[in-house]
Amino acid sequence: MNVRNDFPMLKQNIIYFDNGATTFKPYSVINAIVDYYSNYTANAHRGDYDNSLKVDEKYEGTRENVCQFINASNTKEIIFTSGATDSLNMIVNGFFKYNLKSGDEILITRSEHASLVLPWFELAEQLGCIIKYIDLNEDLKVTMDNVKASVTNKTKVIALAHTTNVVGDIRPIKAITQYAHQQGIYVVVDGAQSVPHIKVDVQDLDVDFLTFSGHKMLGPTGIGVLYGKEFLLKKLKPHNVGGGMNVDFTSLKEFSYRELPHRLEAGTPNIAGVIGLGAAIDYINKVGIDNITKHEQMLKQYAVQKLNSLPNIEVYNPNTKAGIIAFNVKGVFSQDTAVYLNKYNVCVRAGNHCAKMLSEDINVSSTCRISFYLYNTTEEIDYLVSLLDNKDILRESL
Amino acid sequence: MNDDLKRNIILDHYYNPLHKGLVNDDSYIKVNVNNESCIDNIDLMVKIEDNVISDIRFDGEACAISTSATSIMIKMLLGKTIEETLQILKEYEKMINEEIYNADIIDEAIVYNDIYKQPNRKKCALLPWRGLKKVLKEK
Repeated sequence: MNVRNDFPMLKQNIIYFDNGATTFKPYSVINAIVDYYSNYTANAHRGDYDNSLKVDEKYEGTRENVCQFINASNTKEIIFTSGATDSLNMIVNGFFKYNLKSGDEILITRSEHASLVLPWFELAEQLGCIIKYIDLNEDLKVTMDNVKASVTNKTKVIALAHTTNVVGDIRPIKAITQYAHQQGIYVVVDGAQSVPHIKVDVQDLDVDFLTFSGHKMLGPTGIGVLYGKEFLLKKLKPHNVGGGMNVDFTSLKEFSYRELPHRLEAGTPNIAGVIGLGAAIDYINKVGIDNITKHEQMLKQYAVQKLNSLPNIEVYNPNTKAGIIAFNVKGVFSQDTAVYLNKYNVCVRAGNHCAKMLSEDINVSSTCRISFYLYNTTEEIDYLVSLLDNKDILRESL
Repeated sequence: MNDDLKRNIILDHYYNPLHKGLVNDDSYIKVNVNNESCIDNIDLMVKIEDNVISDIRFDGEACAISTSATSIMIKMLLGKTIEETLQILKEYEKMINEEIYNADIIDEAIVYNDIYKQPNRKKCALLPWRGLKKVLKEK
């Protein structure tokens, strides 16, 4: 994939395998942000002079862009947030808080990221709801059989990642929503690890809510998206109220709010972030999301095969599709492996990757994770494998 | 001390740490310390009798530096008075932070004297000592 010259970070002498955490930005994204700050700074939704009109065009143009990218039915379903965490908290505290009651069951899995788990934990405590877990199979995947086995007549919502950030399994979301909706169960999907890497069509998947972050898909930090079906978003209470989202208010405390999507975007938004996200989506569209998927899945297969040929390496998720590999060097603590690789300018992440309940299923408390994106190459994998083909990793990490 | 010897000492303490495993005894002061940015997590229990550290035990999961640093700390502090302990702690922190320190009282912990070259490892070398400070505060 001929993209490496587009990324200034790749000029450094490093190999970056931590794309599940955040991704590098192409010049087009950086330039779009610089352009806004250098050439047409103005607030959004003011529209009385040329620059502010241009800001509106770019800001609302990105909403249109996002809408098409995930195939939402209209732009009212696209809310800009600070990231997937913000989006998930808005969904849980703005919608489910008013639609669940004591004894209702919330179905998640043990491989979920903290940002999906903790808002539900808090809500369950407040309302007296019950958190239940869909069992993972031996490949750490979610199967429809296990989903069906976990659903009861008290289940009100299934919340899970589309692609998990440690295991890299792509969940059968379409089948889950089909089954869930027959029973009147809502489905909330975190797309933070899927939207950047595979084609996500919210209408085809029929998800009720979808969340994702800009910085994991070549965009800037501090910007993300909350997608919701329009009739659900209409019922979502804004967690922030203030400027930009109201129609009117009087000293008699009479007030009314604007329509979607603005009702859920109080305050001056992250305009530069939105513009940067728009440029990121343009870039992904130019390369083609399907090409990105193919490239990453090729890298994953290539790397798993090579790593499995090393006797000192244990790969925990060889049979999942996404470009994420969780592994350990036998007898070496994950962090020591990461420090060793850092000495050769190879960036991997060690730890539990915010999926702290997963250790209950894989029986190791921490792993090294490599996560690919479109700019990674087989040559980089070869170099990684050559570094891991070493009996003295622990010693050399010191 | 050359790098090879330092690595041998660190690995020796990592593979065979002193006093690993906690005891069920209320006369110890027990604390937990962890590095939020990574996964090191250590429980430390310290027994202080007549102003002297008479025992330290630990358990947990941590990298080679944190684990060995805990073992070496235990070796250094057993039988020391609180005043001596505070002095060692002070010199150790200076060494880790690349300040001028008194090598005479650093003993085997000298193996970490160039850890500052790996900033991401400094917090590992300091972890058990952070736990010790917590213990002394609770005393």
